[in-house]
Amino acid sequence: MGSTATAKIVALPMVDKHADPEPVETKASAAQMSAAEIQVPEPEPIPTVSLTKVFLGLLGYVTRERMITALLACISIGALFLFWYLGTKYRLEFYIRFKNVPTPYEVYQQLTQVGLSNKYLFNIAMSVRRILLGFMIATIIGVPLGLAIGKYERVRDFFMPVVEIMRPIPAIAWVPMSIMLWPNNEASIVFITFIGAFFPILLNTIHGVHSLDGVLVRAARCLGASEIRLFMNVILPGSLPHIFTGLAVGMGVAWVSLIAAEMISGQFGVGYFTWEAYSLVDYPAIVLGMITIGVLGLACSGIIRMVGVLLMPWLAFAPGGRR
Amino acid sequence: MSMTMTEAETHKGFIDVRDMGVTFGANDNKVVAVDNVSLNVQPGEFVSLIGPSGCGKSTLLSIVAGFVKPTRGEALLDGKAITKPGSDRGVVFQQYSLFPWLSVRKNVEFGLKMAGVEQSKRNTTARALLDLAGLLSFENHYPDQLSGGMKQRIGIVRALATSPQVLLMDEPFGALDTQTRVVMQEILTNIWQQFRISVLFITHDIEESIFLSDRIYVMTARPGRIKAVIKVPLPRPRTAEMTDTPEFMNLVQELKGLIREESLAAMAPEIKDRGLSGFGMKVGPKGVGEIF
Ligand SMILES: Nc1ncnc2c1ncn2[C@@H]1O[C@H](COP(=O)(O)OP(=O)(O)O)[C@@H](O)[C@H]1O
Ligand SMILES: [Mg+2]
Repeated sequence: MGSTATAKIVALPMVDKHADPEPVETKASAAQMSAAEIQVPEPEPIPTVSLTKVFLGLLGYVTRERMITALLACISIGALFLFWYLGTKYRLEFYIRFKNVPTPYEVYQQLTQVGLSNKYLFNIAMSVRRILLGFMIATIIGVPLGLAIGKYERVRDFFMPVVEIMRPIPAIAWVPMSIMLWPNNEASIVFITFIGAFFPILLNTIHGVHSLDGVLVRAARCLGASEIRLFMNVILPGSLPHIFTGLAVGMGVAWVSLIAAEMISGQFGVGYFTWEAYSLVDYPAIVLGMITIGVLGLACSGIIRMVGVLLMPWLAFAPGGRR
Repeated sequence: MSMTMTEAETHKGFIDVRDMGVTFGANDNKVVAVDNVSLNVQPGEFVSLIGPSGCGKSTLLSIVAGFVKPTRGEALLDGKAITKPGSDRGVVFQQYSLFPWLSVRKNVEFGLKMAGVEQSKRNTTARALLDLAGLLSFENHYPDQLSGGMKQRIGIVRALATSPQVLLMDEPFGALDTQTRVVMQEILTNIWQQFRISVLFITHDIEESIFLSDRIYVMTARPGRIKAVIKVPLPRPRTAEMTDTPEFMNLVQELKGLIREESLAAMAPEIKDRGLSGFGMKVGPKGVGEIF
């Protein structure tokens, strides 16, 4: 107590004025105080400069990091090609048989001959069209339904039993049923692609809603958000990271399903192209078809990831960084 | 109350909680969180609610905010029963509750956007409020780029953007370190000084409650009841230096005495019977106020 008393006297004679019971005096000192208070220096140091420094440092780190990433990517893909090349060159026969496998060069030749033919490009176009249609329908149905199931117990109780039964059935198992259900081949293939994409999108969206911090919903309610606005302004953006995970997974499964469907029941498409090559004993074309599928799948998930980055810039700062 | 008639006429924001009781669960796992609590906040008054952890402070605030329905009694705002959350009551939570996908400015604009205010007006209001919080230069940052203290300051001005009649704060500085906390208390008094709306502030920090409040309600351990109401006669505006005055110290002692019993009661009954010394703990001259 003693030390504080001296501190008081030394620091602020004004304090005594405050203790003054006369209201007029108090008011005057109050005015003085508020002026003094404004001058209170910003006590929480805001590290603007050092922040940019940190950011620049981070940028350097990232480019270095990226170079290593790119290098490792080249090495791993290079190793795959080397294995393929050596296997076909020496006609490796060690349980797996490279006897009929075309060499990388043969496949390259195939690409230059067939690669730009209308037939090949048309097959690609057909597959991409089916993917886009099936994937888009799955997104349009899966995301809103997932949001509703995630938000409302009753909607969940109603839909989840059906979802749980349908989910374990792989899209390929839908092929016969799909052919029976839909009026033409095209529709049935799109349907199978849709089935493949739908469940990952739906389930990740539901998970996104569930993992949304409840305090954000309460905060929005306090700020006067109506039910619809809550959906559009809080639940949807809050679930977006998980929705994009669902889209990426869904796109992968959509390709798997599409290729299987095209191989079994298709006319046209990259899966059909690959299977036809097998029937015609055109070995280089098989590999060309496979590589085409790989590249298309990669491009599609790349696009989704890019859209995700553009749509969710805040994730760059989220704890734990992106992903 | 400590306000003049003219203030009562111009200001709204009279919170009146009457004979409130809240029970969670049923039968065996029944928890009486709040029992027979009556309290009020006069228009423009800063009232703190202090009590041991688990005594139902958050529950009480949730009722006034409109999230929880009381089992008994009623909560009124300017004579009207509170039934659901609304922008007439700004709320600041202990957890950081900024929307991570919105920039700082968009966060502050949120309530105005929900109210259908046009973009340019929202922008102006949000920028003025951010300026008040000393964070205008961060308007285009995302919340994850800011420190905890900055986030809570934005949380406060976001709650003020829709010009609510009352501000409800549930241990808003509880997650901050001591230094930041003290600074935040000063910033809050400054902001409040300008708005002069009714505030119901929950805390378990004795100094904080005295520094900020006009009146302090002390709650008992669960089931929460009102144990005492303390007036804080310190003049306004409050400054950090006041915390060293004898008046302030006396209030701290008075509150510590009141709370000591309750924090003991909040622990296991054996501790209460044996006293802390029975557990090899030393009860110093300051009592056990620190636990709390
Ligand atoms: N939704 C709930 N369901 C059941 N019990 C609850 C619920 N909310 C709070 N409680 C209980 O009510 C009591 C008071 O909680 P709370 O109001 O959070 O206390 P405080 O904020 O004072 O720490 C606690 O025992 C807590 O476990
Ligand atoms: Mg609490």
